[in-house]
Amino acid sequence: MDLNRREFLKTIGVVSLVGLGAKGFEILAPGALEAKETLGGKGKQWAMVIDMPKCIAKNQKEPCTECIKACHTIHNVPDFGDPKVEIKWIWKEKYENTFPGTHHEYTNEAVHGKDFIVLCNHCSNPPCVRVCPTKATWQRPDGIVMMDWHRCIGCRFCMAACPFGARSFNWGDPRLCPPERNPGFPTNMAYPTRSKGVVEKCTFCPELLAKGELPACVQACKKIKVDALIFGDLNDPESEVRAILREKYTLRRKPELGTAPKVFYVI
Amino acid sequence: MLEYALKGSQRYWSWLVFLLILIGIGVGCYIYQFNVGLKITGMSRDVSWGFYIAQFTYLVGVAASGVMVVLPYYLHNYKAFGRITILGEFLAIAAVLMCLLFIFVDLGNPVRILNVVMYPTPNSILFWDMIVLNGYLLLNILVGWNVLEAERKGEKYSTWVKVLAYISIPWAFSIHTVTAFLYAGLPGRHFWLTAIMAARFLASAFCSGPALLLLLCLIIRKLTRFDPGKEQIRTLAGIITYAFILNIFFFLLELFTAFYSQIPGHMHTFQYLFVGLDGYGRLAPWMWTSMGFALVALIILIVPQSRRNEQSLAVGCAAVVISTWIDKGMGLVVGGFIPNPFERVFEYWPTTPEILITIAVWATGFFVLTVLFKIAVSVKEELGV
Repeated sequence: MDLNRREFLKTIGVVSLVGLGAKGFEILAPGALEAKETLGGKGKQWAMVIDMPKCIAKNQKEPCTECIKACHTIHNVPDFGDPKVEIKWIWKEKYENTFPGTHHEYTNEAVHGKDFIVLCNHCSNPPCVRVCPTKATWQRPDGIVMMDWHRCIGCRFCMAACPFGARSFNWGDPRLCPPERNPGFPTNMAYPTRSKGVVEKCTFCPELLAKGELPACVQACKKIKVDALIFGDLNDPESEVRAILREKYTLRRKPELGTAPKVFYVI
Repeated sequence: MLEYALKGSQRYWSWLVFLLILIGIGVGCYIYQFNVGLKITGMSRDVSWGFYIAQFTYLVGVAASGVMVVLPYYLHNYKAFGRITILGEFLAIAAVLMCLLFIFVDLGNPVRILNVVMYPTPNSILFWDMIVLNGYLLLNILVGWNVLEAERKGEKYSTWVKVLAYISIPWAFSIHTVTAFLYAGLPGRHFWLTAIMAARFLASAFCSGPALLLLLCLIIRKLTRFDPGKEQIRTLAGIITYAFILNIFFFLLELFTAFYSQIPGHMHTFQYLFVGLDGYGRLAPWMWTSMGFALVALIILIVPQSRRNEQSLAVGCAAVVISTWIDKGMGLVVGGFIPNPFERVFEYWPTTPEILITIAVWATGFFVLTVLFKIAVSVKEELGV
């Protein structure tokens, strides 16, 4: 090889800049703070908007758990009958617990004490993925934070790392949960069950997305014509989620932690 | 040298049998946990680490503290510690072994533990913890065993052993730094998210470990013909005193930042631990016990007369061990989960099987420690040092 020293150094320089990639240039760019948060890479980036006024209005007429029921049925989510070891993919928390630190004694009655819908935020910069020692939880190119129940060793580091309490652990055997609570468990034969001792959470239903369908919770909310859950591609300016984000003021949970959640709340 | 472990007094054998019984009870409980799942423990979706990880965190400190006798001997050529470095190294071996066992019993899927090796993930601190803990275990086995073997033969240990001993010094700091990083890098857990965590871990390690070692030295002197030495104990007491004062100082720094800034997230766990939060305060009596023992230890260690008196020094060391065990174990680990990410309080308390499994792991550690100390002391007795 006739590679002289100069050429060699040039190549190394170019290669390392490429290696640093976009991040490398970010480091060099001055005043980068203003537009600092990026919500994912190229291609599709799935996100959800939760229109709380619609959800609250529906719940004021009659208590509604359609999205929760649909999700927990299709995913064979076990019910151990004990809130201490409960497994939750999508559930309700009060406004003041969903957005801790933002409420005060004179908070608007429209939200104060109201149930909010919470689930995994599919963060763009997920701490759970960062801490997992086996890559049992990882981020897909479309932004979904996934779980591999066959690789998880059950160390629960991800549960300590998640600032949103979105992860549940199978403290008991999910296949042996009381049958009277889970008639015909598994409720969905097409969906895999899991063993005890693994962590699980919302996955944005990639098995449905692959078929061109919406996630189960979104479908359930549409079915009852409430339409409080809106799902779509954040990178598509024409998508419904982008339209809402343009039109309405939205909040995310704990944005100050820099995890860049992709679940937005219309208040 | 293993043959030394096979010849012992009635007392030696009874102690080992006693430990074996404790291990047996724990193994039974573990089989139950293995079959039913971790729901037999007091842990929950909100406090997802408990008594096991608390012991793990505490014992990493004990393991790291071996360096407090190794460093003065190898780096500063402080000859007096030559008598007890082997005890420090063997204590480190037993402590790391317990650490690994506590991680193991805490896993939901222990049969898959090799996934950590099969799918190495350098961005996970747990991956690095696995490397540094196993490396430290190996270093201490190699160095401790070879130095003792050489001493028995009346030779100088070989150069490669000395090289490993040097490597083990920064390595000891690394195991406790990496363990602190398990906690100190998690967003949203305010109690753990503090830059001083690793420093605080090291300070508490360098008082609690040597305090335990000092107590063991006093026991050895009482039970065997080997005397670890007056000067050695006096120097250890000095190390413990400085490290314990630093430990308390770092704790006060945390209190200042939390309560002067008045940021609720930073104050919550301290409030929960000491006065209770939202009407829950199960750990408060324990934390005040820890504080009480800390005060006793401070007084005994700082006043020269009580520090130099071996009887009161033993009380002071026991106080250090108890105080740091509560503070760095249950206080640190369980406290970090309270309140939960929704700012709601869910408490934790270990169950009986969980405590029995914990006792069994400690018994395993003390079994190994007893055997190793028996070998070391027998060699020393034979040489008549």
